[in-house]
Amino acid sequence: MSKFPELVLAAVVVLGGGPAWADSDGTPSYAQLGRPATAAEIAAWDIDIRPDGTGLPEGQGSVTEGEAIYTEACASCHGDFGEARGRWPVLAGGADTLSADRPVKTIGSYWPYLSTVYDYVHRAMPFGDAQSLSDDQVYAITAYLLFLNWEVEEDFVLSQANFTEARLPNEDGFFPDDRAEVELPLFSGEVCMSGCKDSVSITGRAAVVDVTPDDSAARSARNDSGGAEAQATDRATSTTPQAQVQLAEAATPEAPVDAPADTATDTPAPDPALVAAGEKVFRKCKACHQLGEGAVNRSGPHLNGVFGRQAGTVEGFRYSSAMEDAGADGLIWTTETLAGFLAKPRGYLKGTKMSFPGLRSEDDIAAIEAYLRAAGE
Amino acid sequence: MSDHSDQAGGTGPRKGPRTGPRTGHPTRRQMLAGAAGLAATGAGMGAAQAQSAGDPAITTLPDWTRYLGPGVDATPYGMPSPHEAGVRRRNVDWLTADPVSSVNFTPLHALDGVITPNGLCFERHHSGVAQVDPAQHRLMIHGMTDHELVFTMEDLLRFPRENRVYFLECAANSGMEWRGAQLNGCQYTHGMIHNVMYTGVPLRLLLERAGVRPGGAWLLAEGADAAAMTRSIPMEKALDDCLVAFKMNGEALRPEQGYPLRLVVPGWEGNMWVKWLRRLEVGDQPWHHREETSKYTDLLGDGRARRFTWEMDAKSVITSPSPQAPITHGPGPTVLTGVAWSGRGTIPRVDVTLDGGITWIAARMSGPSWDKSMHRFYHEFDWDGRPLLLQSRAHDSTGYVQPTKDALRRIRGENSIYHNNGIQTWAVDAQGEAENVEIS
Repeated sequence: MSKFPELVLAAVVVLGGGPAWADSDGTPSYAQLGRPATAAEIAAWDIDIRPDGTGLPEGQGSVTEGEAIYTEACASCHGDFGEARGRWPVLAGGADTLSADRPVKTIGSYWPYLSTVYDYVHRAMPFGDAQSLSDDQVYAITAYLLFLNWEVEEDFVLSQANFTEARLPNEDGFFPDDRAEVELPLFSGEVCMSGCKDSVSITGRAAVVDVTPDDSAARSARNDSGGAEAQATDRATSTTPQAQVQLAEAATPEAPVDAPADTATDTPAPDPALVAAGEKVFRKCKACHQLGEGAVNRSGPHLNGVFGRQAGTVEGFRYSSAMEDAGADGLIWTTETLAGFLAKPRGYLKGTKMSFPGLRSEDDIAAIEAYLRAAGE
Repeated sequence: MSDHSDQAGGTGPRKGPRTGPRTGHPTRRQMLAGAAGLAATGAGMGAAQAQSAGDPAITTLPDWTRYLGPGVDATPYGMPSPHEAGVRRRNVDWLTADPVSSVNFTPLHALDGVITPNGLCFERHHSGVAQVDPAQHRLMIHGMTDHELVFTMEDLLRFPRENRVYFLECAANSGMEWRGAQLNGCQYTHGMIHNVMYTGVPLRLLLERAGVRPGGAWLLAEGADAAAMTRSIPMEKALDDCLVAFKMNGEALRPEQGYPLRLVVPGWEGNMWVKWLRRLEVGDQPWHHREETSKYTDLLGDGRARRFTWEMDAKSVITSPSPQAPITHGPGPTVLTGVAWSGRGTIPRVDVTLDGGITWIAARMSGPSWDKSMHRFYHEFDWDGRPLLLQSRAHDSTGYVQPTKDALRRIRGENSIYHNNGIQTWAVDAQGEAENVEIS
């Protein structure tokens, strides 16, 4: 739309007519909304890969390179062999289990297309540090995941050129939604309204399985709010989980930690700006470590009260023997020792389970130490 | 949307402002008597005694009747009464590895009507709640289009808007119940659903602005979160009733629901309603990304899996009585209520049974009946104090009837995780307590 009509309207006002209002009959032209996306903008966001290889960047990576990256960036959640820790996703194995009682759905046993692996690893992994891997690193991890699933040999190199040659075993295991043909006719029509059964019996009870979170707070609120004369028997769920449910890591209560006096006295109050910077750096740690009120052990131990603590001693956490030995030999976490560990965990303490590659910047280390003191002491 | 003619609200007599004579301050004697009455009740005084002495809720002057309450602006953004503190989303800790990639549940047992309050809408994130600055948020449309475009939030607010109420149900809602009754409470068995009014721009208008080229049969929607969540959506649906929404129940989307922008895909599984929507790509093939291959595909008993199972089948659940909402008043007049919905239309009818399915009764529908929205039903009865086996059975506007769990298992097996819309049973005992059970 030209600006010229507006100038005319302005002139009318100035020349002493009454106020001139915009024409209310104007039909909007939506063609003026939005602006063209530049090639650089599209390239920055268009990261999706399709099964036919559309979207794959140039690059390559080997099983060997993938193993090193996987061990550092993935194994803390997915396990050294893709077997997974805790309830993190299993990535390998499970062949021939899809019709079993407990199917194990992995890249090798279930996923139809390798392109999905590349696409997902690139867009969303490592968990908490997405889109940080180079194209070659993603090729390498994808190659290693094929290797973990027995799809390629140890010397395999995956590249843009050979990518679509790699097929996953369950590609033909999927078919389009057929509920309209199979289910809708069966589940439509007249229903029985009376005399529909001779008898009824209970065949299963949730209370027997007993995995419901305890709602005791809600229950007492309900009872407190009055009128609950027919006070029902309190059938509060017990806290003992069934074997089928894995609660082990999450339910470990926080161990009270007595920080030795020296750490409290030799530390000035942390600089708020440094603490804020440290909170940002801590995003790299959050996938495995919790900090602050209610923090519990996850893939890594909780970090409350870490300063002054003997290494490898958070109750309920399964450390590497290397970490436990270092603690037994007198390793105490201080500003200095933690800085050394965080700079290069596996160099500082060979054999640690912590797969994090380390913080390169000393500023980041200072910031995270400030944050650990502020949020976890 | 259909009209509101069946809504009963607003027709009853209204209470006017109190204009009667005001009583003065209570005397010291009255206060003491009141305190004594309260103490006696607290010590377990029976109902008969309470009657003879008078209900202390009446005979004593409560603080809120005597003293001034907080003024305006005490809570600039209003919050529920502290007495409702138990009404909140809850998660099931053992379900997932980490709360950052997890789900919590809407407290259906404590709600009524059909609209879910924004703060109680269940959450499901794959990499936590993206903290998006709307001034820095962009929506890109590209691929097989005449124009590849970038929109700011301000641009989007200049397109025509529509207001629609839709349910959003996670495909995994009731997924923990495939192998049998497991969780005790409709919050946990059915709470991965919410129902709100969305304000947004029809996706069709944005696609028309970009100009979809011939052969552009699929749309990839992507979020701005750290999972960069993606789903492939067929163009036919995108041009039909999808919205690009920025408001829920009148206010801005909550961060956990995709602030500042989310896709609304009416009647289809919640995972497709991409939150923090930043990109729409038009293509000729689906992308087969993680959330439509590894996840959100339905593994059947024979080891094969259905893919692209988008529509949510008709479903219902009795929200009260239920394990978290037992009958506390004893025998006599009892209100049974629940909700029903279908991804294929409206819910003209819900049947309920008190005896485990020997006899069924058509429940009373109340509230608006909107396409692909939650519906509310009631059944009032005199409870005789004997155990009950409660079920509800939804009929949708296509003639589909909600099946039993066993009927679903016969077709799908027990490993499909997703799309479990089988009939739910609550066993109510003589004390009024309810339990999640399965029956013959």
